[in-house]
Amino acid sequence: MRDIKSFVDAGVIGHFPGGIHPPERKSPANTVALRRPPLPSELILPLRQHIGPSGQCTVEVGDKVLKGQQLTEAQLSQGLPLHAPTSGTVSAIEERPMAHASGLPELAIVIQPDGEDRWITRQPLPNYRDCDRATLIETIQKAGIAGLGGAGFPTAQKLASQKPIQYLIINGVECEPYICADDRLMREHAIDIVAGIEILQFISNAGQVLLAIEDNKPEAIAAMREAIDGSDSIKLRVIPTKYPSGGEKQLIELLTGQQVPQGQLPLDIGLLMQNTGTAYAVKRAVIDGEPLLERVVTLTGDLMSQPGNVWALLGTPIAHLLAEGGFNADGDARVIMGGPMMGFTLPLTDVPVIKTTNCILTPSLQELPPAADEMACIRCGACADVCPATLQPQQLQWLAKAKDYDALESNDLFDCIECGACAYVCPSEIPLVHYYRKAKAEIRNIAREKAKAELARQRFERRQERLEREKQERLERHRKAAEARKKMQQEKAATETSDAASAANKPAQDKSSAVAAAIARAKAKKAAQQAANNTSDEENS
Amino acid sequence: MTFRVAAAPHGHSQQNTADMMRWVCYALIPGVLVQSYFFGAGVYFQLFLAIVTAYAAESLCMLARNRNARSALRDNTALVTAVLLAISIPSLAPWWIIVIGTAFSIVVVKQIYGGMGQNLFNPAMAGYVLLLVSFPVQMTNWLPPSTLANYELSLWQTLHTILFEYTPAGYSVEQLRTTVDGVTMATPLDTIKTALSQGYTVAEAYQQPVLSAIAGVGWQWVNLAFLLGGFILLQRRIISWHIPVGLLAGLLIPALVANLFAPSVMPGPVFHALSGATMLGAFFIATDPVSAATSPRGRLIFGLLIGFLVWVIRSWGGYPDAVAFAVLLANLSVPLIDRYTRPSVYGHSRSHGGGDGQ
Repeated sequence: MRDIKSFVDAGVIGHFPGGIHPPERKSPANTVALRRPPLPSELILPLRQHIGPSGQCTVEVGDKVLKGQQLTEAQLSQGLPLHAPTSGTVSAIEERPMAHASGLPELAIVIQPDGEDRWITRQPLPNYRDCDRATLIETIQKAGIAGLGGAGFPTAQKLASQKPIQYLIINGVECEPYICADDRLMREHAIDIVAGIEILQFISNAGQVLLAIEDNKPEAIAAMREAIDGSDSIKLRVIPTKYPSGGEKQLIELLTGQQVPQGQLPLDIGLLMQNTGTAYAVKRAVIDGEPLLERVVTLTGDLMSQPGNVWALLGTPIAHLLAEGGFNADGDARVIMGGPMMGFTLPLTDVPVIKTTNCILTPSLQELPPAADEMACIRCGACADVCPATLQPQQLQWLAKAKDYDALESNDLFDCIECGACAYVCPSEIPLVHYYRKAKAEIRNIAREKAKAELARQRFERRQERLEREKQERLERHRKAAEARKKMQQEKAATETSDAASAANKPAQDKSSAVAAAIARAKAKKAAQQAANNTSDEENS
Repeated sequence: MTFRVAAAPHGHSQQNTADMMRWVCYALIPGVLVQSYFFGAGVYFQLFLAIVTAYAAESLCMLARNRNARSALRDNTALVTAVLLAISIPSLAPWWIIVIGTAFSIVVVKQIYGGMGQNLFNPAMAGYVLLLVSFPVQMTNWLPPSTLANYELSLWQTLHTILFEYTPAGYSVEQLRTTVDGVTMATPLDTIKTALSQGYTVAEAYQQPVLSAIAGVGWQWVNLAFLLGGFILLQRRIISWHIPVGLLAGLLIPALVANLFAPSVMPGPVFHALSGATMLGAFFIATDPVSAATSPRGRLIFGLLIGFLVWVIRSWGGYPDAVAFAVLLANLSVPLIDRYTRPSVYGHSRSHGGGDGQ
């Protein structure tokens, strides 16, 4: 395999295994200019919006907040702070249903906008090149920026890595059908994105930037090409349309010819990947001093009469966006957050837009027919042919159904990126990814249980140890006490023996002397009697 | 308002299993037409009997297993098994042959192993082998190609023969196979095998009327028609090229080499390619995904193994053709092949070849 540098210098596009070509359907949503819906009547800001723990709430119910005011406190490596997307009043801090397939509630700050949209004092850093790296990373951290592409990993944490970065990869691939948020952003804000890329490059000290866009976005490609014109270090890479070429690992293989070794991060091989939307947010945070308050969301699907892309404030209820998109409600409809491949259906629409919400898709039944009944696997191998991780999905499916968790792990279940390509092509319409997710959750549960059991076992063993130790100590103490007593007794006995030796003679003497005395007394008495008798005899005679 | 909940992905490609199976049947049509042209309309009666038996057996099994019989019939896998077995047996074989074979294929080979997707062996071929070893006479009674035959049977005569083992005029199948000279017509593969065992050379065997073409009168056209059907399957991406190419390479390369070294006793690759069940086996039988290897490399090896076994059995075995035996033997080695051909997973430095078990 060629090394990264010679591969990149050759300017070629690599290849990753598998992948599919589902209907793209980026239009009509990508043909309409970005627009800004009216302010919703309330904004729901869940404390947890991204990977990692949630911040500490710093406001109270009833507080007036300004646009951009920090609502939660979070340290680097501990999560991200949250900001008020507009000015208004904190009307509640309570559990609200979340943007998750379960719709389960989580703690959220609810803000009632006052309509004035008044900013706090911003601290822009237009001359960021005069700042040091740590200051800029802190600025980005304080702006609450998470990766806007998918997983929502805190951007500052990635940037704070001490590993040397050879290439900064900017991901404008947007390979999932329907979604065109990055497409519109690149068309309309190319210069800002490039400014953000330059900040990211400055912070990461990357020698070169590779900007990747799929070839189904000619307008975005043209706009970005123009914006980077004159830059020596930013190279545009137009990659062929194939799903999931925007996946981090897949894009790295396309651009560098390398696979990220298992168990390592792109950072470990000198690569840093950021999404175009993230680059834009970084520009706003550093140069304009504006924290992350809004993002582009694609509103699309046949059930929307006004599809397009909108600037949605974080916390905007999905119902508000559905109204903006002209959604024709239908009880049988699916409201999908995300794209058709990896998105999840929302049971409720009063859940909010969060930092990772890139698309709201409301397909008709004809457009994306619901899954038919699952049939048996015929081992046709279509899933293995399209798997970008070169797994054996059919094998994993059997193992998942058999709940053979050890074998699932040895068959690398955890290398599955859940892109859904396998389930898309499966002729038996087996919901493969669903099985994998379930198996992964069960394996994690088992590991947790095991860890718990292990902890309990250790605790038990330590307790047993302690009890045993205490018992031994007690026994030892008793033994010692007994010994001491014994010793004492022995000592006592020893002195008593010598006493006894003398004492043994003494009573004997006493005894004999007493007897002698008694005899002597008796003799004396007898003698006295005899004498008296003799005297009386003498007197009488 | 609550909305419908579904698991990702929300879209699906157009291909589904039932359609794929249906297309396998469509792609068999050219071969069946040519076969009926050369060997009579008996094949249609066999198809009818096989399909009825397969559907009845499948339904009964599903009912016995408390499963939905209708959904099992709709997947068309029983249909494919029935069709493959029906076109593999001599077209005038008595009715109970196909009934026993199909019932065995469905009940024992498929359903007892757990139904669709669970069978270790190719059901049609396991049924075929059962019939071949149990009823060798009926299973080798191939009529001569119509162009060489003395008698032309009407539909009624054909049906009568299948039902009662004699034509309405009282001829047995054995008699129908006999030429005016009193010589029994055999298949090209049989003819070569017999000739070679009697000390004749391949060239001398080719003097026989049934071999008076490139690879046997009738049979070569049947094979070419199945090859055409195979191309349809490839073009529609219902099968991948690995198994057919592997099988043909495994059969034809040894045949070519052997023919170059010993032309008098070893028939050449063209003969092997166009005789017996070569093309049917390569494109329709060995490609049954359930009982084949799964990875592309594994499939190539699986195909090569079948092809090589076919050549070995045809050359030295006791039976004239060998596709069924070769397929079953290869089915047996699938777990081994699958284990050693697992591709390496993204980011893992080496493949797991044979490492951890399943």
